[in-house]
Amino acid sequence: MDKFSVFSSRLVEKSENFTSGHRACQGCAEALAVRHVMKALGRDTVVAMSTGCMEIISSPLPLTSWRVPWIHNAFENSAAVISGCESGMKAMMRKGKIPAKKINFVAMGGDGATADIGMGALSGALERGHDMVYICYDNEAYMNTGIQRSSSTPYGASTTTSPAGKVSIGQHTQKKNMAQIAVAHNIPYVATACSSFPFDLMEKVKRAAETPGAAYVHVLSVCPTGWRIPTQDAIKYGRLAVDSCVFPLYEVIEGEYRLSYKPYKKLPLTEYLKGQGRFRHLTDKEIQMIQQRVDKDYERILRLSEEEK
Amino acid sequence: MAKPMEKITWQELETGSVVTEIGNAREYETGSWRSERPVVEASQCIKCGVCWLFCPDACIVRASDGHFEADLTYCKGCGICAKECPVGCITMITEEG
Ligand SMILES: Cc1ncc(C[n+]2csc(CCOP(=O)(O)OP(=O)(O)O)c2C)c(N)n1
Ligand code: SF4
Ligand code: SF4
Ligand code: SF4
Ligand SMILES: [Mg+2]
Repeated sequence: MDKFSVFSSRLVEKSENFTSGHRACQGCAEALAVRHVMKALGRDTVVAMSTGCMEIISSPLPLTSWRVPWIHNAFENSAAVISGCESGMKAMMRKGKIPAKKINFVAMGGDGATADIGMGALSGALERGHDMVYICYDNEAYMNTGIQRSSSTPYGASTTTSPAGKVSIGQHTQKKNMAQIAVAHNIPYVATACSSFPFDLMEKVKRAAETPGAAYVHVLSVCPTGWRIPTQDAIKYGRLAVDSCVFPLYEVIEGEYRLSYKPYKKLPLTEYLKGQGRFRHLTDKEIQMIQQRVDKDYERILRLSEEEK
Repeated sequence: MAKPMEKITWQELETGSVVTEIGNAREYETGSWRSERPVVEASQCIKCGVCWLFCPDACIVRASDGHFEADLTYCKGCGICAKECPVGCITMITEEG
């Protein structure tokens, strides 16, 4: 493809390091996030990926959508595997066995892999301070196996293992805040992003890769199948999550907060919830309650980023 | 791939199931999943690339006259491009047959 003439999309990397032919559902914004991430990282990248939708849809033997070295991992250990890759390659460079150059070492996993099952390996890798990036694609449930709740599923969402009904609101625990857990490791770079804001996402992934030491990027990834929304609305719901401040976009660089985007007008939570099948059962009173929590969490991020100014 | 993928037997796989060819998933044509097809009104396209940027299947390409269109070999018909196009020049049309 040649250079695009108008709009800043002409500045975006043209080559696709995550190719067509992958088997994600129609309108999967998680696959879109992977596509954006791989544009930002480029070819000098090694990826270790936990099982989950993005692993399954991109690597049905003997095919692969990846155009970089890519290692399939068990659920829990992508952060450990990429730690080993980084240390091993560094040692080989030191000994002159391979030419010394900058390589991005990147581990990826879904929210189940990150916030639940791979948490220990991830915490260890962040603490050891490997020169690596960890990317969590958060679609707010274990989607690959049929929409089971994870600790990253938001309060009130109906999933197959937290079904809403007469006696239950659906998920009755609060969403685990993985970005804040990463911040608590005092690593040099943490960011939240969403594929509905591709320029912001790609910039953050580049920054994460350029940062020496461990970096963590948490990507809200809209899943039309699990969220029960029409496929064409995947980008819209990512935008609504950010504009309603349910999912604020920010960076934490060396412990300092920077809000990346302040909605021109903060949308009421209902704008985001309505139309999503997983929240269809919520009453006005319940939504009001969730709104208070969203406000409180957002104000905290706002305060932290204003203090830094 | 030298052989069509459905003809490959397990004995022919690399040790450790290593795939040595990059990006060969392009052999799998996801276009057959589609029930709707995006049609671009080329005369209205402002060539902004928004459709290209948001396509989860990386299947928007640039035609020789500069406007953007879907590569139907891979397009799954999700409708994101039609929804996001700022000038609304993409229409989703039901596939017949
Ligand atoms: C130890 C272990 N438990 C369960 C599974 C089955 N399993 C594979 S993928 C998956 C869901 C992945 O969820 P998540 O990490 O959120 O990624 P998503 O599919 O949502 O992108 C599960 C439960 C497994 N492979 N290994
Ligand atoms: S279940 Fe959701 S995340 Fe998984 S491939 Fe389908 S749309 Fe994407
Ligand atoms: S309908 Fe979906 S898959 Fe097809 S070109 Fe548009 S965005 Fe891409
Ligand atoms: S989004 Fe619409 S106007 Fe922009 S390049 Fe695509 S078809 Fe053309
Ligand atoms: Mg998930």
